Amino acid sequence: MNLEWTPNPQIELNTWAHPVVDKKAETVAAPTQRLREVHYADRLFLWFLRAMGISVVLLLFLITAYLFQSALPTIRQFGTSFLTTSVWDPVKDVYGALPVIFGTVVSSLLGIAFATPVSLGIALFLNELAPRRVGTIVGFLVEMLAAIPSVVYGLWGIFVLAPWLQSTVEPLIGNNLGFIPLFEGPYYGVGMFAAGIILAIMVTPTISSICREVFRAIPRSQREATLALGGTRWEMMSLSVLKSSKPGIIGAVILGLGRALGETMAVTMVIGNRSEIVASLFAPSQTMSSVIANQYAEASSDVLRSALAEIGLTLFAVTLVINGVARFFVWRVTKPKGSR
Amino acid sequence: MSKASELSAVVSAGFRKRKVVNLFFIFCIGLAAGVALLALFYVFGYVVMKGFPSLNWAFFTQIPKPVGETGGGMGNALLGTAILILMSSAVGIPWGVLTGVYLSEYGRGKLGRLVRFSTDLLTSVPSIIMGLFVYVLIVIPMRRFSAVAGGVSLAFIMVPIVARTTEELLRLVPVHIREAGLALGLPRWKVILRIVLRGSMSGITTGIMLAVARVAGETAPLLFTALGNNYWHQSLDQPIASLPVQIYNYAISPFEDLHRQAWAGALVLILFVFAINLLTRIVLRPVQTAGRD
Repeated sequence: MNLEWTPNPQIELNTWAHPVVDKKAETVAAPTQRLREVHYADRLFLWFLRAMGISVVLLLFLITAYLFQSALPTIRQFGTSFLTTSVWDPVKDVYGALPVIFGTVVSSLLGIAFATPVSLGIALFLNELAPRRVGTIVGFLVEMLAAIPSVVYGLWGIFVLAPWLQSTVEPLIGNNLGFIPLFEGPYYGVGMFAAGIILAIMVTPTISSICREVFRAIPRSQREATLALGGTRWEMMSLSVLKSSKPGIIGAVILGLGRALGETMAVTMVIGNRSEIVASLFAPSQTMSSVIANQYAEASSDVLRSALAEIGLTLFAVTLVINGVARFFVWRVTKPKGSR
Repeated sequence: MSKASELSAVVSAGFRKRKVVNLFFIFCIGLAAGVALLALFYVFGYVVMKGFPSLNWAFFTQIPKPVGETGGGMGNALLGTAILILMSSAVGIPWGVLTGVYLSEYGRGKLGRLVRFSTDLLTSVPSIIMGLFVYVLIVIPMRRFSAVAGGVSLAFIMVPIVARTTEELLRLVPVHIREAGLALGLPRWKVILRIVLRGSMSGITTGIMLAVARVAGETAPLLFTALGNNYWHQSLDQPIASLPVQIYNYAISPFEDLHRQAWAGALVLILFVFAINLLTRIVLRPVQTAGRD
């Protein structure tokens, strides 16, 4: 009986990620028929998986190319003035996207402004204050906020939030602070303010869950150090948690912003859909995604369709850039210490 | 003596101030958590309150009545959503899982990095953009809105989610398990499919179900791909009704009776999504956390 150990030339453990076939060993050891079959099957499998991976890259490429292609007529016709003018006239086929860009930016920033303090509070509560069991349950419930479909938020926004804003909140703010341009004008209920609140509810789970991840990356000893020096709970949180996770928090907020910019249905349903640039937050407005949702299916002319596609292309580009930046910030904090 | 007491007075005054600040911020933090929970219960409570009285047999079995008549149901939308989910799953799940397998098992080179980067970017693409893309890709060549177009747009949304979950879960499988399989002389594809993938099946199922829950509520990509339909599903190359789009159309309509049905539809949708989330967390959680720790 031959007890001598012969290494299998087909399998090298340290080359798991890159299957390398040792050509020399093959000729020396003269592999059996079965080994050769194994070899080809593995090759085939790898190429099959590779094709799957490549198809995802292709999908992203195709999205960009198709959007660009269908936006091309307006890009040619209006050039950069498309992004800087504010006429939107389907009858004369003249389009400018400035009001919807304005609406998108303002409603998203408003949402982020409401959501950031709340999200930070939730993340601190869950990670630093709450007992484990309470934290698990509350964390789950907060994540449920993210699971509610956008259209349900919109429905709630139309029939509950907007009437409440119109009858209670907006008069309250308007009567006291109406001299500020931000709060002037009639109370519609639907409008920028309602969109901001809905967006805040929708991005809060995103921001808070990333903040929790960022806080978790801070070593326990850093917290204990502050407490051991006689720091209070809040001093511990502000000095050793918040301070050192600043880039991560910025990243989380930017990721939330990315989500808010692309959010469609809920915003479409509560923002009032009127294309104007007004200072008042109570006035109806329109966002890039809501104008696409409202007009694309029934677009009367090819130019309008192309104009909407260009808005889509702009939105696509902006979300890609924002997500890239945000990921960079989050990754700077949460990446493993060893790689520094 | 007096100096010492002075000092202690200063210290205790400072300490009192710090304690007050501490309590204030802890209160704010508790308030933030409270506000989020309040929002959840406010939304969910309203949907239950408004939707529950309108849930009846007709809601599940009938199609919408002509405008102005009361009654009718969302049976066609429920069926339509089921069909759309089946179609998108049939395309999106295998595609996503295999991409995830590629990323975790072979995705270490330049191509791997490119694929991972693309998947990440795809996850962040707003869903309405997928609708625009599928409109140009399928609706224009077919010259009509169709169930196929709707299913494909949902599938494109699923792929990156499923791929990243699969990759993350497969990375948790220790290398020595793969080595053990290889040491037994198994070919690599068998090791991957029979050992690595099968071992993480419950976690991957969780990821898949969460992706299904996500696309079940998607409205924006269906608006100009599947469009909507007031009748029962006829064939896959025709427009098809779906629950979220029907809720949207009813919500912006001026009719009281349709609003009532929109609430009922929202309740069904929300219960479906919550059920999946609860199920994956309660039933499949132990396995997943065991792997993670």
